[in-house]
Amino acid sequence: MLKIDNLHAKVDDKDILKGLNLAVKPGEVHAIMGPNGSGKSTLGHVLAGRPGYQVTAGSATLLGQELLSMDTEERAHLGLFLAFQYPVEIPGVSNMEFLKASVDAVRESRGQESIDSVNFMKKAREICKEVDLDQNFLKRGVNEGFSGGEKKRNELMQMMLLEPKLCIMDETDSGLDIDALQVVARAVNAMRNAERSFVLVTHYQRLLDYIEPDFVHVLAGGRIVKSGDKSLALELEEKGYAWLEDAA
Amino acid sequence: MSQQQIDRAISKEYAAGFTTNIESDTLPPGLNEDVVRFISQRKNEPEWLLEWRLEAYRDWLEMTEPDWAHVNYPPVKFNEISYFSSPKDHKDRPKSLDEVDPELIETYNKLGIPLHEQEALAGVAMDVVFDSVSVTTTFREKLAEAGVLFCSISEAVQEYPELIRKYLGTVVPRKDNYYAALNSAVFSDGSFVYIPKGVRCPMELSTYFRINEQNTGQFERTLVIADEGSHVSYLEGCTAPMRDENQLHAAVVELVALDGAEIKYSTVQNWYPGDAEGKGGIYNFVTKRGVAHRDSKISWTQVETGSAITWKYPSCILRGDNSVGEFYSVALTNNAQQADTGTKMIHLGKNTRSTIISKGISAGKSSNAYRGLVRMSPRAEGARNYTQCDSLLIGDRCAAHTFPYIESRNPSAVVEHEATTSKVSDDQLYLCQQRGLNAEKAVSMIVNGFCKEVFKELPMEFAMEAGKLLEVSLEGSVG
Repeated sequence: MLKIDNLHAKVDDKDILKGLNLAVKPGEVHAIMGPNGSGKSTLGHVLAGRPGYQVTAGSATLLGQELLSMDTEERAHLGLFLAFQYPVEIPGVSNMEFLKASVDAVRESRGQESIDSVNFMKKAREICKEVDLDQNFLKRGVNEGFSGGEKKRNELMQMMLLEPKLCIMDETDSGLDIDALQVVARAVNAMRNAERSFVLVTHYQRLLDYIEPDFVHVLAGGRIVKSGDKSLALELEEKGYAWLEDAA
Repeated sequence: MSQQQIDRAISKEYAAGFTTNIESDTLPPGLNEDVVRFISQRKNEPEWLLEWRLEAYRDWLEMTEPDWAHVNYPPVKFNEISYFSSPKDHKDRPKSLDEVDPELIETYNKLGIPLHEQEALAGVAMDVVFDSVSVTTTFREKLAEAGVLFCSISEAVQEYPELIRKYLGTVVPRKDNYYAALNSAVFSDGSFVYIPKGVRCPMELSTYFRINEQNTGQFERTLVIADEGSHVSYLEGCTAPMRDENQLHAAVVELVALDGAEIKYSTVQNWYPGDAEGKGGIYNFVTKRGVAHRDSKISWTQVETGSAITWKYPSCILRGDNSVGEFYSVALTNNAQQADTGTKMIHLGKNTRSTIISKGISAGKSSNAYRGLVRMSPRAEGARNYTQCDSLLIGDRCAAHTFPYIESRNPSAVVEHEATTSKVSDDQLYLCQQRGLNAEKAVSMIVNGFCKEVFKELPMEFAMEAGKLLEVSLEGSVG
């Protein structure tokens, strides 16, 4: 699914990723943890193709295709989805309009016809229920006046509608109460299947109580310094990151 | 221009007897009293209207071109313009769409303009038997049944002289401003609408206009009269760029809403904006104003995306008590375009109300200014105004300006003004692109969202087209 080799990247002339390696197979869930400023969010943005994030060395492929030379939207068409930590507002553009345009853009890139509005509406309403969002959110401006938790659930809704191959979730759990956390977990678990992979960037072990990862990695100093199974997350919860940062 | 030349032009015209020899129907460039006389005579106008034009011309000579607007352009050479030109001969026009600039055709296709309308817009020579003719007749019959008068202003001068004489120049006086004076002297043609008492016009006055708009000329004059308790919605313009060789456009629009009447006037302006450097575009210097009598309402909605320079302030004089004025505007400038546009709400009557929603979008290296006046007169007891003025910037080489003028001479009047300036942010674009939209589609969606409050005021069919129009106008503004 995803293969990252010796990835180096900088933002504003500051080196953030310094030789990162990661391999994610179809159907796997990988959790990436690590101290603040270690490059966790940067990794997601570099893969998604955020302007201003400069790759200086290394490579990354998604489904066998070289990712880093593609435009941002082409990566999305290929099946990469990034759930944002801080989703921006787009005033006046209704959520519904935005979602349909997104779904249609992805379909178009695959040579499919645009989805018919009635079916789409029906599907969107169902997903609203699943992520515990009132249907009125479909009519409201994208993230306009949404609370932090509502924005996160809106990201989940988009993820469920777009049905991506690789979901990168950037601290989707931070700032959520326990009920909202369960909504996130429910969405991810419902979407888990043999063809879809997840990369969960998180600070806290508690998300992993609800979503069981296949692998846990520690990102420190721009590299993955330790990998393990879910027990690593518990160990980190207990010991913190300091003992690993020395290793980096 | 020499006197001889004019004489020659005039005599040639007479020889042709008003009907044939289209070639000779264009006056040589230049402006003087004889040109004004020629135009009036050519249109077979009554003596009083000729006098009216001549006085306007004399006033114009005394006036100077306004320079307060936030726009820059080389001086207009008024003596290099031809002030009268009849429709071009068929043989000078493209014979089919194959002969028309492919870029123009591409734009039409993007806007989804039907083929026969494309031909009309591009000025393709067509036989008289043409789809729209029968359509037009049907409209005319339906309107006549309701007692609605809708024709060219030249026809109205002949058919309804008493209405023209009573109202022409009452809203925008001849001496109102430099361009209005020029228009009054040399106006070529335009539209006339009269809605009788208590009548609700049975259709949007639009499709008709759209098909017949060709060659109304650069000095267009429009007069809309809504008699007591009547209602009309009038649509002007077209979302497709018009092929046009005239650089200067100085139009005048006058609206009269008598007691309890309602006029909704919507404009989509998409004249040629010039190339990326601003060469060759239209100068659009327009005076639009309405007088609202007791309990009446005038609503202006405009989507301005064309022209190299736009200088335009559709205004309302709220003369009668309880009258209402509205102004909803989207003005978009790209490349080297310049716009100075806004409105004036003059509150004279008691409990008059006005709403101004202005959305300015600047892209490229363009400049976009909102200029608005809200005036509360001493007797405007309980008058209210609400103004919202938002600017959106795309890129970092464009400019947005806001010049609000507020004059309140009545302590009970309430004036509210809100203004914002925002940018299409990189983060918004990134979010859209991460969801699979390309940059152009993303910008157009963000801009459409920004304009939503105005678009919802447009008649349904236009709202859709206006969205697409913005998309086309913004091409090349990102990436």
